[in-house]
Amino acid sequence: MNGSFKTKTKNKNKGLKLSSPYLVWSLIFIVIPLFMVLYYAFTTENGTFTLENIKGLASLDVLNSLLISVLYAAIATLLSLILAYPLAYYMSTVSKISQRTMIMLAMLPMWMNLLIRTYSLMLILENNGIINNILKALNLPKAQLINTPGAVILGMIYNFLPYMILPIYSIMTKFDYSVLEAANDLGANGFQRFKRIILPMSMPGVISGITMVFVPSVSTFYISQKLGGAKTMLIGDMIERKFQGEVNYNVGASLSLILMVLILISMAIMNKFSGDEEQEVLM
Amino acid sequence: MKKNYSFKIYTCLLYFFLYAPILVMIFLSFNKSKTATVFKGFSLKWYKELFRDQVTIEALKNTLLLAILSAMVATLLGTVTAIGISFYRKKWFQNSVMFVTNIPMLNPDIVTGISLMLLFVFAGSVMGLKTPLGFGTLLIAHITFNLPYVILSVLPKLRQVDPHLQEAAEDLGCTPFKAFIKVVLPSVYSGIVTGFMMSFTLSLDDFVISYFTNGTFNTLPIRIYSMTKQRVTPDMYALSTLIFLTVLILLILINVSQAKGEKKKKETEIIN
Repeated sequence: MNGSFKTKTKNKNKGLKLSSPYLVWSLIFIVIPLFMVLYYAFTTENGTFTLENIKGLASLDVLNSLLISVLYAAIATLLSLILAYPLAYYMSTVSKISQRTMIMLAMLPMWMNLLIRTYSLMLILENNGIINNILKALNLPKAQLINTPGAVILGMIYNFLPYMILPIYSIMTKFDYSVLEAANDLGANGFQRFKRIILPMSMPGVISGITMVFVPSVSTFYISQKLGGAKTMLIGDMIERKFQGEVNYNVGASLSLILMVLILISMAIMNKFSGDEEQEVLM
Repeated sequence: MKKNYSFKIYTCLLYFFLYAPILVMIFLSFNKSKTATVFKGFSLKWYKELFRDQVTIEALKNTLLLAILSAMVATLLGTVTAIGISFYRKKWFQNSVMFVTNIPMLNPDIVTGISLMLLFVFAGSVMGLKTPLGFGTLLIAHITFNLPYVILSVLPKLRQVDPHLQEAAEDLGCTPFKAFIKVVLPSVYSGIVTGFMMSFTLSLDDFVISYFTNGTFNTLPIRIYSMTKQRVTPDMYALSTLIFLTVLILLILINVSQAKGEKKKKETEIIN
């Protein structure tokens, strides 16, 4: 008794000692930086307290940016889910060797830099890009593809689709397919099997996929710079401009603050949704 | 059967969508003409140009140095931390450490980048430095976003280790450190390697966080960013093609070795 108590305290001390360098590191480089954002958002350039930066967020420009950022990211996330889901399902049903090849092919573009992928998409969509050249060769009228909301959303889907495929696929490979057979034997049709078994079981993968696509989409600035033209100002573009162009850290910090809050709200909404669905399944 | 067929067509279409832009880029890297729209015949001149571009070569070296250093520090610190967390089995402690660890993974890169930049700028102004941003701050930033991935890949492996094994080794005369090296380390080794590989590739690939914390220090993604600010010359396509081929070969190698490992495992299972 006494001995095990001794090892327990020994372990506790050892644990604290071993993790203390990281605790210090994460305090300085994870926690304090977030407070720096708060500090800059509520001060002027001279360091005196102000609410002007926060009041500035209520301007039409900022609200418009926030609105289209959320809208574009939400559309891109939804379309990614619709595109990725059947592929992830199909992948989990084929042979192990095909699965390995398919997953490798889905991951490969992810290891190409986002800048390169976006730029090559731009080459295809440009006014004298590949698609318009093909249209010209077919004697069809030119299409305005670049610098449209559609191009930005396409760019988000193209860049982040693998982040949707992977988590859904990895949940689906853990499926017990005998449950599906059982449902079949008990007379469930294809739609019922999907709604009652496949969809609820894959929900954790779907949720992490949504997070992994939505967060980088809503905060991007490069995709909108290259594919959206000058008139598309996402919240990421605004932040980037405040930090790298105009060098107004205080306004930039207040914009970042609102982006963080926005993402927290979206997560909370999504968690609520998924919670409801799970309850429904239980009922 | 018919259903399977439509799934196959669908898969091909989706992969075509994922690969078309990359194929276009590879094709253009061999184009003699400078404009992206006309093909004037096969040429390797952009590759030659690329290797003559000192700034890009320098940026590549910087990126590799940064990735190796940050991955090594993050792997070491992250592994030690994971061991510490697994020793201190108090719920509140583990939960609060995991909460902090999750912040850089959930926060968008742009927020992580600017929050670190603000810290460095603030600390710099306190210390009276004119240009606080550079290799040092970039290294700190990369270690910071790598650490969670190391901790999260080592910790689950540690939880699978039977704690009595270490005690048994100590009872048999090992020092705690030796017991750890001989008993625990081999079973968490794969987690450590995964953590290192993830850190290394994340660091190679990172643009957004580097963009806000680099100062004038050039890395490859930042070099690509400044190249794409204007109309680029095709040596950027050549660079992208080379990156693509490197990744392709690495992935194939990893896959083949994994497949071999699995086959071996199966064979031993059958024998046993």
